[in-house]
Amino acid sequence: MEQTVSITVNGVKRTHPVEPRMLLVHYLRDVLGLTGTNVGCDTSQCGSCTVILDGMAVKSCTVLAAQADGSSVMTIEGLAQDGKLHPLQQGFWEKHGLQCGFCTPGMIMAAVDLLQRNPHPTEAEIRHGIEGNICRCTGYQNIVLAIQAAAEMMG
Amino acid sequence: MAKYVGASIKRVEDPRFIQGKGNYVANINLPNMAHVAIKRSPYGHARIKKINTKKATALPGVIAVFTGQDLIDGGVGKLPCGWNVPDIKVPTRWPLTVDKVRHVGDGVAVVVAETPYSAYDALDLIEVDYEPLPAVIDARKTTEKGAPLVHDDVPDNVSYTWAIGDKEAMEKAFAEAEHVVTLDLVNQRLIPNAMEPRAAVAQWSAATEEMTLWTTSQNPQPIRLLLSAFTLGIPENKLRVISPDVGGGFGSKIFHYPEEIIVPWVSRKINRPVKWVATRTESYMTDSHGRDHVTKSRMALKKDGTITGIHVQTWANQGAYLSTFAPLIPTALYLTLLSGLYKVKGIWGEMWGTLTNTVPVDAYRGAGRPEATYVVERLVDLAARDLGMDPADIRHKNFIPKEEFPYQTPVAFMYDSGDYDALFHKAMTMADYSALRRKQAEARKQGRLVGIGIVGSIESSGPAPSKVAGALGSAVGFWESGVIRVHPSGKVTALTGSHAHGQSHETTFAQVIADELGISMDDVEIVHGDTGRVPFGMGTYGSRSAAVGGSALVNAAKRVRQKAMKIAAHQLEAAEEDMVYDQESGKIYVHGSPGKAKSFGEVALAAYTAHNLPEGMEPGLEESAWYDPANFTFPNTCHIVQVEVDRDTGEVTIQRYVAVDDMGKVINPMIVEGQVVGGVAQGVGQALWEHGIYDENGQLLTGTLMEYAMPRAEAFPMIETARNETPSPHNPLGVKGAGEMGTITGTVAVANAVMDALAPLGVRHIDMPLTPEKIWRAMHKS
Repeated sequence: MEQTVSITVNGVKRTHPVEPRMLLVHYLRDVLGLTGTNVGCDTSQCGSCTVILDGMAVKSCTVLAAQADGSSVMTIEGLAQDGKLHPLQQGFWEKHGLQCGFCTPGMIMAAVDLLQRNPHPTEAEIRHGIEGNICRCTGYQNIVLAIQAAAEMMG
Repeated sequence: MAKYVGASIKRVEDPRFIQGKGNYVANINLPNMAHVAIKRSPYGHARIKKINTKKATALPGVIAVFTGQDLIDGGVGKLPCGWNVPDIKVPTRWPLTVDKVRHVGDGVAVVVAETPYSAYDALDLIEVDYEPLPAVIDARKTTEKGAPLVHDDVPDNVSYTWAIGDKEAMEKAFAEAEHVVTLDLVNQRLIPNAMEPRAAVAQWSAATEEMTLWTTSQNPQPIRLLLSAFTLGIPENKLRVISPDVGGGFGSKIFHYPEEIIVPWVSRKINRPVKWVATRTESYMTDSHGRDHVTKSRMALKKDGTITGIHVQTWANQGAYLSTFAPLIPTALYLTLLSGLYKVKGIWGEMWGTLTNTVPVDAYRGAGRPEATYVVERLVDLAARDLGMDPADIRHKNFIPKEEFPYQTPVAFMYDSGDYDALFHKAMTMADYSALRRKQAEARKQGRLVGIGIVGSIESSGPAPSKVAGALGSAVGFWESGVIRVHPSGKVTALTGSHAHGQSHETTFAQVIADELGISMDDVEIVHGDTGRVPFGMGTYGSRSAAVGGSALVNAAKRVRQKAMKIAAHQLEAAEEDMVYDQESGKIYVHGSPGKAKSFGEVALAAYTAHNLPEGMEPGLEESAWYDPANFTFPNTCHIVQVEVDRDTGEVTIQRYVAVDDMGKVINPMIVEGQVVGGVAQGVGQALWEHGIYDENGQLLTGTLMEYAMPRAEAFPMIETARNETPSPHNPLGVKGAGEMGTITGTVAVANAVMDALAPLGVRHIDMPLTPEKIWRAMHKS
């Protein structure tokens, strides 16, 4: 039943046997112990589980671990480099872009993708860019400000 | 002079969350852990004829399957109701039901397996033979003759009734009224949707007979008490309940849920750690829902706009069982707020708490107060329209004047402080209200549907004097505990009985304590949410943490300061009354001799070495306080909203949102502003999109995020906030609640704005949510 997958996660190649039906998010959380990626729903609506798969933001509850075989994945745990926070992490901290923190990893990873595609988004573009991620705490306002601040830091 | 309080300090808790290091219950993995999944009813109402678990039990990877009867035989108790108004009928609720299922999602069996995947596989193999029964879902229709009985021992499906006010004065007001406004409305059912689904992990130690339960709770101490005394039977001193990082609650994680009983019961039964994590679909059909009122209301006025009477009758849907605090919400948190910001004598409110084949309804952000505000502020707006007055003017005319505080309403509350004229003046200046009205008139000439909502609201936050709560039906007190433990090195661990799940206690409480003791915030660590570390406490809801929990901590810190002063006085050979405690630096010295000072750290060490303490003083530097509030606090707001309705589609766009709030003294403006904005978004969600819908068979039609419309980022403009501070006179911090005002006010502010936009078409009222379809239909009917 099981098949072996090799996935480069946060720069390190990992190889494990998995059930074909195992979701990528469960592989990250339960096999690799990377619990920073949260599961907020079961219909790919909330975006809490967003990670970067081969350079693009995906909802990791919608991808099978087997489909990610041979791919490269970045999770929230891989964002800070050499102990230095990523500008988006700094932006979320400085602008109070989180309260309970549960949607935050997915929200930040969605923003990573957004700023890659559009380094200087307008307010409207940011709001549109995070439509696939739900936050129940903040009303999104400070998340928008956090992404703007990160865009400025990244120049 | 404060150095931290009043400053927008960045949050202490953020570094772990922004790096994916949050410690949510679902992240806890223990060696040899088994996984639980729960078989739930697909019917709204059905008799259970037979449950066959054989095939499920035989599936490889399955450890055991248990039914509700197995749990009862194994000693579990019924879930109690924690708020018992007179003559209430509390229906029986077992952790897993045994006779009938009474709502979609009602649990009937539990599977425990080696992996979550095999536990879910096994669910499909459990065969339940149901006899479907007619269902009832409407709060009022459930009381009609011939409606199916949800519980055989609750006749007419009415669990309780409650009333408050001055009925005679109300009747007189309506008899003498020059104008009467009537409004029948539905305050629709909402589904809370904290982003973290509920979860529980339990670990039984057979050696010590101790149980540890990690649960997504806003109040682990009361949960431990309920587990010990009612549902699980493990004594409190052998039961540790931990709520680590919790991903939002909004009320829905206050209550004692069946899984908090099932998971530890299974752990003890199989002698292994056990984990359960809800799917979002399970959250929809098992987390307590909010609101769901059917209401008839009327307001009596004089021709000049003076309000003389308010009469409200509400049928409050309680769902299939009474959730832990369900009867509190439509009684002491709802009917008691019918005075709003206004001086009205003739208020009478009455309600019926009814049972239906739906998920239990309990507190959801605002909890009773948004419903009350909605009734009052809708009536005031309709009155203004009928009498040809500006909605701002009619409100000004009826405000409780500033000099009449503390003000006794006819519906129990004594409002502590407020200045509603100043509040409205500030908001109207900020929004440039007269310019908004001018522009609206121009837009209307062009045929555009622009509307303005201006509303005021009040909240009873920071529950509550325990004596008052007891008299109103509470089974518990509503004080809070706080401990300040100064270590020999001068570092501080502060324990609070309140709990944070987004509210930022680790930051704001550290600000308060650091200022009180004159030390660095970095030297203060806040501990909460673990019955093994903190004393009994009541947790977090009702915007109580700062007002009640913060007050306990500040009082404990004051006691630390007093003891430190005594030690310093002794060592400096001075009289205690001659000592100065410099709260800027934490230095203690004799008045006039700041050069010869003892530092906070020196005094702390001295307290523990105990080589040179005053005669009779006990060693150590740790103080606790139990704070029982003298009153609720009464934050109040004025929100002004401008919307435009699309003439072709009926879609609402929010163009401007101004929120001015009086939340008393503010500890951290950035955090408070975050609470206001987030609260507004939730309030707007009810006004425009959110609705938990059942069909007539009790089938939940909005069972996932695909059917239930949550607020998303594109729907909002930047919300403009400001404060109008009138400190609460009765707590040491002068604070009022900040967490719920946005939600309480946002809903009706937007609803009134939309109705104002539609006024030229003669549309008087549409029940929420104000979806494009409903608006379009109303436009074309008018």
